[in-house]
Amino acid sequence: MTLLDQFQLVLKTLNWPDWAVYLTPAIVGILIIIIFVLTIIIVFIWWERRLLGRFQIRTGPNRCGPEGVLQPIATAIKILLKEDIVPDKADKLIHFIAPIIVFVPILMLFAVIPVSEGAILVDLNVGVIYVIAISSISVIGIFMAAWASNNKYSLISGLRAIAQMVSYELPVVLSIVGVAVVAGSFSMLKIVEAQGIPYILLQPLAFIIFFLGCLAEMNRSPFDLLEADSEIVAGYHIEYSGMKFAMFYLGEYGVALAYAGIITTLFLGGWQGPLLPPVLWFIIKVMLVFSLIIWMRATLPRLRVDQLMSFAWKFLLPMAVINLFLVAIEVLVLPATLQWVMVILNFGLAAALILLWSRLFTLGGGRVEV
Amino acid sequence: MAIKTEPFYLNIGPQHPSTHGVFRMRVSLDGEVIVGVEPIIGYLHRGIEKLAEARTYTQNIPFTDRLDYLSSMTNNLAYCMAIEKLGGIKVPERAEYIRIIFSEIMRISSHMMAVGFFLNDLGAMMTPVLYMWREREKIMDLFEMVCGQRLLYNYMRIGGVSQDLPDEFVPAVKKFVAEMPKYIDEYDQLLAINEILLARSKGVGILPRETAIAIGASGPVLRASGVKWDIRKMDPYSIYDRFDFEVPTGDAGDCYDRYWVRMQEIRQSVRILEQALAKLPEKGPVCAEVPQFFRPPRGEAYGYIEAPKGNIGFYAVSDGSIAPYRLHIYPPTLINITALQDMVVGWKVADLIIIFGSIDVVLGEIDR
Amino acid sequence: MKFERYGIGIAKGMALTFKHLFRSPITIQYPDEKLVTSKRIRGNELVWFPLTCTGCATCAKSCPQGNIIIQTHSGEDSKFIVDKFEVDTGRCMFCGLCVESCPYDALAMGLSYECAKYRRGDLVQNKEKLAVSHDRQPSAYYRPQFDDSLPEQSLLLYDRAKGGQKLSFLPLSKRKRGPGA
Repeated sequence: MTLLDQFQLVLKTLNWPDWAVYLTPAIVGILIIIIFVLTIIIVFIWWERRLLGRFQIRTGPNRCGPEGVLQPIATAIKILLKEDIVPDKADKLIHFIAPIIVFVPILMLFAVIPVSEGAILVDLNVGVIYVIAISSISVIGIFMAAWASNNKYSLISGLRAIAQMVSYELPVVLSIVGVAVVAGSFSMLKIVEAQGIPYILLQPLAFIIFFLGCLAEMNRSPFDLLEADSEIVAGYHIEYSGMKFAMFYLGEYGVALAYAGIITTLFLGGWQGPLLPPVLWFIIKVMLVFSLIIWMRATLPRLRVDQLMSFAWKFLLPMAVINLFLVAIEVLVLPATLQWVMVILNFGLAAALILLWSRLFTLGGGRVEV
Repeated sequence: MAIKTEPFYLNIGPQHPSTHGVFRMRVSLDGEVIVGVEPIIGYLHRGIEKLAEARTYTQNIPFTDRLDYLSSMTNNLAYCMAIEKLGGIKVPERAEYIRIIFSEIMRISSHMMAVGFFLNDLGAMMTPVLYMWREREKIMDLFEMVCGQRLLYNYMRIGGVSQDLPDEFVPAVKKFVAEMPKYIDEYDQLLAINEILLARSKGVGILPRETAIAIGASGPVLRASGVKWDIRKMDPYSIYDRFDFEVPTGDAGDCYDRYWVRMQEIRQSVRILEQALAKLPEKGPVCAEVPQFFRPPRGEAYGYIEAPKGNIGFYAVSDGSIAPYRLHIYPPTLINITALQDMVVGWKVADLIIIFGSIDVVLGEIDR
Repeated sequence: MKFERYGIGIAKGMALTFKHLFRSPITIQYPDEKLVTSKRIRGNELVWFPLTCTGCATCAKSCPQGNIIIQTHSGEDSKFIVDKFEVDTGRCMFCGLCVESCPYDALAMGLSYECAKYRRGDLVQNKEKLAVSHDRQPSAYYRPQFDDSLPEQSLLLYDRAKGGQKLSFLPLSKRKRGPGA
């Protein structure tokens, strides 16, 4: 019973007409999501710049407002005031639509992320599959942006984008299926409620695979070769300026927030926690996951495109399949009360698998005879 | 029916975040695989060799700063050595030690800059750069203490150096040298066995030993290909024969070896610095007596040293007047990048940037 | 190429980055805090001492670019009186060769590094602007007689707590006003 369902019942008892009873909770929910997402994106932009600065022994921005909290707003105002330049030979319609196709599915992802007990827009019973399906739409937007810009650098980036994002869908999907097998349902609310022990302890291998897959879906270091600043100079959004660039920029942080929320829901136990209100626990866990993402960005160099694809197809995918197999066997054999046995068993198996597979894994690729 | 394909020309132009300077390359690609590369230089040409013919020997020293602007002291030193050979001038003892101390500190600074930006090209988002620049800030503070500038020093003169060291300098350098090995170990912890760095740079951009010798490469590029050639050992200039240090060489000649050779050279420079500081004479003249309008006898001379980037040389011809008749500069990086096409063909666009970064180019030297 | 070390290299790198979170940043909050520059700084201005200058123009002869223009006329005692002493600081590269060559110590480098002007013509400085005054003090580059009147340089090497010279790692919470530390 989500909060919006309860709101709908209240409206029915007040004898509103049917269409109003159906539409009003939806509109209220959508507005709350948009405000929530945009606010937290602004907080994320500030947090990323400050934390990245501290990793690099410097302070981040600290001039606009106390400790720099108004800096993202200044960035937003600057971007809005810029001139919107479209190249002469670019395909105007596709160039215009591409940022929208990249940004809107990211907002749609927030429909199934439970922020607190019952606070979810719609409790789909196939919530997880909805997440996977919607997150694949952004790829089309990126390729449209790359192709329509009439620029060779963005074309290279667009081709890499398709290869990368399609390759990493499979390990992500398979590791989520492992989680769903243990929880017994695809609905996000039920997965949170089924987590007595958080699934990061119960299935560490699935967490690692899902986390690395999410980094690749988000174009974040070490997989950020779509907008590799040092090679192809901003990649697919090289010809965008003004509000269209702002959509790409917000979309990047929005998808980071969405995936952090999904990782929290699926692996860290969602909003569960001892003392504080559940919303606060959710926000703390999301910030922790985001800090881990920033930490990886600060440290690691990036992979090359053929190494990235080898990593997905030859390392992550077989491990995801084997993980699914092992989890299914454990669910069949062990009764539900002995979950701590599963923890120990899974940690041991994860360590053994990673060591063993690393010995067998070769990156391949390299020099091509010309 | 075979599909007709065409090569795809990409212009990695003069304005680019990762060509270290205004360097232009016209790359022909087949998908992402590089088929040919054509470097186009000359965007920073300032005519230093021609300007040098109209200025006296001392007035040319600030111009030589601006060749390889990341290691100015070594350029000054090479030029001054060439003119000293022309005029037969003897450099006093304390000045020799001071010159060596500054050359080695300059080597540390230049290598840290090269390694930092190599990692930045790989994508490590300025973190190794900022860690190494903390040390480079200390070095620049030391230079500022002695000659007043942080980047373009104009410190060496014909016959020695321009001013004596202040009293605070030697304790500061001793403290710097004592702290340095700990920081080099930290950089190694960050990077030396990082799997992504190994995957991206081991085996990439191999310069075979015979090619390196054939094109006349020098510096870390040559030593990483397995040739143990360092002018400080082969043909010691100044007083390098009094110091005990090793010359690191790599075996494969790939990008990882060039990075590794530079990190080892930083350690060896620290070793030389410790020895030089211990043996520095207490008092003495720091410059030989050379008139302001110096007229060397007619003749020619070639002064060359082991700069951080390679073997830099100055060829000076004098006709007895106050200005050189001809000054020619032999830049190491221009010779090193003649092998770029061989190193890069067959690799991908991402590798082109890091192979170019590992050669460690400064455009001021190439274009003069 | 094999994935040999099971991710240990990456883990060590991330541990080092994590350790740096606890070191205080080395940023200087310019313009609230400024570092004290070295005594021998070759600042962006020149300082001329009109009383000791004899108009010999040795500095003009030693400039690599010919930035100094001097015009004199003969006065009493067959001494030169300087009419015009102009330096084009826009073309100057602050190499210090003019300062080194002056036989009467009448020219010195300045201390300031914040001398931007709005017009290019303002960068050509005549003898009134170049003369030594309260705002235009000489630095000790090649002029050791000015060494004692200048403050000590702030070095990143020495730590304040250990009684060295000026400060290095400034903690985040300190925000001071005024020059130096």
